[in-house]
Amino acid sequence: MALSRIQVPPEARRGEAVEVRILIQHPMETGFRRNLEGKRVARNVLHSLACRYNGVEVFRATLSSGIAANPALRFFVRAEKSGELEFWWLDDDEVEGSARARLTVL
Amino acid sequence: MKRRAVLALGLLGIPLRGLAQANVHVSTTDPLVYALTKGKVVNAGRVKLELPQIADTGYSVPMTVRVESPMTPASYVRRIHLIAEKNPMRDMASFQLGPHSARAEVGSNIRLNGSQRVVAIAELSDGSFWSDAVQIEVREAACTEDG
Repeated sequence: MALSRIQVPPEARRGEAVEVRILIQHPMETGFRRNLEGKRVARNVLHSLACRYNGVEVFRATLSSGIAANPALRFFVRAEKSGELEFWWLDDDEVEGSARARLTVL
Repeated sequence: MKRRAVLALGLLGIPLRGLAQANVHVSTTDPLVYALTKGKVVNAGRVKLELPQIADTGYSVPMTVRVESPMTPASYVRRIHLIAEKNPMRDMASFQLGPHSARAEVGSNIRLNGSQRVVAIAELSDGSFWSDAVQIEVREAACTEDG
C-alpha cells in the first residue's frame, strides 16, 4: 500500500468550505518511458480515487498519465458533522490504497 | 497623469481580451470533447483555469481550476474535465463534484509534454458546459513519445 498524507484543518465550523489535500506516493508511470535496456516500462497510473465523508461520496477523480508523479489533489468539502474522510484509490496494477483523516466540526 | 496611465492600460487591455476570447474556443466535434459533451455547445466563461505562464519542466506543473457556481443542490458543478492538447494522453483528468463540495475548486500537479494549450471543461447540474483554455510554455517536456 502506497504511502499517503492527508491534510485537513484541525477543526472547522459547520457549513464552512473545508480544503482537503491528499498526497499519495505513486510513480504514475506513463508507459512511454524506456529503461536503460531500452525496454518499455509498463504503464502504471493511479487512475481512480474517491473520497467519502461520513460514508457519502463527496469527491471522485479519474486520473491519467497527465498527472504528475506522487499525485496531489486539493478540493473542498462542506463541513457538516464531525467524522471521517475516507480515501480509496486504485492503480493499473490493481493495487488498492486507502487512508482516512478525522474532521472535527464545531 | 495617473488618469492618463489608467486610460492607456484600458486601451491596451481591449485587444488582449479579444485574443483571450478567441483562445477559449473548444472544438465540439473533437472526439474527446464529444465523448464528454455529446455534441452540446461549450460556452466560454464561468471556468477559470490557473497555470503558470512558463514552466521550466513539464514534470509537475501546479494547476488550479475554479468554476463560478453557488454549489447548492439546485445548482452545482457535476464534473470538471482537463484536456492537454499536446500530451500523448490528452484526457488528463476528470473530477466529480457535487453540492457537498461547497466550492467548485480543484487543484493538482499536472504533466505536460511541451508548450501547449490546456483546456478545462465544466459540466453543470443544468446540463450546460463551460470552458477555459490556457496557453502554457514548457521549457522541458515531461515525456517524449516513442521515436
